[in-house]
Amino acid sequence: MAPTPVNDLTPAGNLGPATALVCRECGHRRELGAFYACEECFGPLEIEYDFGGLTRADIESGPANIWRYRGLLPVPANVADTPNTEPGLTRLVRADNLAEALGLQRLWVKDDSGNPTHSFKDRVVAVALAAARELGFKVLACPSTGNLANAVAAAAARAGIRSAVFVPSNLEQQKIITTAVYGGTFVTVDGNYDDVNRLASEIAGEQEDWAFVNVNVRPYYAEGSKTLGYEIAEQLGWRLPDQIVVPVASGSQLTKIDKAFQELIKLGFVEDKPYRVFGAQAEGCGPVSAAFKAGHDVVRPVKPDTIAKSLAIGNPADGPYVLDVVRRTGGAVEDVTDAQVVDGIRLLARTEGIFGETAGGVTVSVLKKLIDDGRLDPSAETVIINSGDGLKTLDAVSPVVAPSANIAPSLAAFRAAGLA
Amino acid sequence: MSTVSVRIPTILRTYTGGESEVKAEGATLRAVIADLEASHTGIAARILDDNGKIRRFVNVYVGDEDVRFADGLDTATPAGAQVSIIPAVAGG
Repeated sequence: MAPTPVNDLTPAGNLGPATALVCRECGHRRELGAFYACEECFGPLEIEYDFGGLTRADIESGPANIWRYRGLLPVPANVADTPNTEPGLTRLVRADNLAEALGLQRLWVKDDSGNPTHSFKDRVVAVALAAARELGFKVLACPSTGNLANAVAAAAARAGIRSAVFVPSNLEQQKIITTAVYGGTFVTVDGNYDDVNRLASEIAGEQEDWAFVNVNVRPYYAEGSKTLGYEIAEQLGWRLPDQIVVPVASGSQLTKIDKAFQELIKLGFVEDKPYRVFGAQAEGCGPVSAAFKAGHDVVRPVKPDTIAKSLAIGNPADGPYVLDVVRRTGGAVEDVTDAQVVDGIRLLARTEGIFGETAGGVTVSVLKKLIDDGRLDPSAETVIINSGDGLKTLDAVSPVVAPSANIAPSLAAFRAAGLA
Repeated sequence: MSTVSVRIPTILRTYTGGESEVKAEGATLRAVIADLEASHTGIAARILDDNGKIRRFVNVYVGDEDVRFADGLDTATPAGAQVSIIPAVAGG
């Protein structure tokens, strides 16, 4: 007989089109609730849906944020009525200059630095907050590499509930400040992200009314990343791109973009066509890339050492599923050095006026590497994700960018500097 | 005998009568899990797969060390050690 978890909170409230939780590993199925790991095998639980008669018109008539896709998410139909940060519908930028620099014909940058706390994490947190409310949680919490910390602290402030955020103490100062400013309980931990993640899992086992968004509410939280996929398709005029390059930390974002594309195909909202998904990691924390290159279907954890701290997850929960997606679609996972990360940030900024964080630098440089190696088709329509804002990782570029000159406030000084 | 403390994740607490921490005996993780099974029948099959290996989505720590970075099931568990069993499906 299957044992029943002892931490049942209230029965699931209104979770919209969501119908059940299913284990990705063993297929064990259970009712919706505050569960995140399969009681049989510890595998991750995935949300199943009944989308009913949802149409593209339903989406197009919705609000100009992720809630236009509420009919595809585990949230109540009136989710937009409760205070939230209203993330999403960020720019999809036609990147002709970057495309030309790299030898591509058509390239788009999905610039998710435009979210309320300047990263894609506002999407997942908004969905987690809505689900946590329905599941009866009282506190919004997380372990984070920084961007999630910002998003949780801000969303909890806006919702008027307590937050509890845990980050590695060596995090970029910008991300410490941009979390602390929102108030709430904010703890720096002397350890790397994987240590903080472990601590959060243990705390989650003790504090039953704390929703650790990416731990005990993870099945709901992760669904928020699907909205990146929905938006890309809708902004392309309800089409899928041919190729997409996505940064990989836990791997959740990449797998959920693929899930979104598959759902849109099944719903008949986009044409069913092949697309290839590529994953981008930093060499100093590239466990999924290493597994891909070695032909493994499991991911051996590593100890991270990279400036791309938002991607510095040495034991990525969704790593095996990233491998599944890139292999199924004919993509790849590649990694780049920290120097290439910095080059990528500068290239994106100089060609498109978009200042990405280190994860964006990883993605741009992996794109370049894949093109140079002939693994990405330069004639195929390509999308890359810029998942966060360069203002949060100033340390990465501060040694290599500077003003052109410092001059006295006189025309003579300007002329003397040779800047005309 | 080497007695250690084992932290039990929420989804395994039905096997331990709701206890979040239990004592077990054993000089290696393998022996500790066998002793856990003797006291809490059924728990080992949740932690280990059919081949007797630690399941893909379970992280086990002895002290601060992930046993995948140490000697896996052969990792030494000295007296007084803290063993933690944690679902891997988290983070990021």
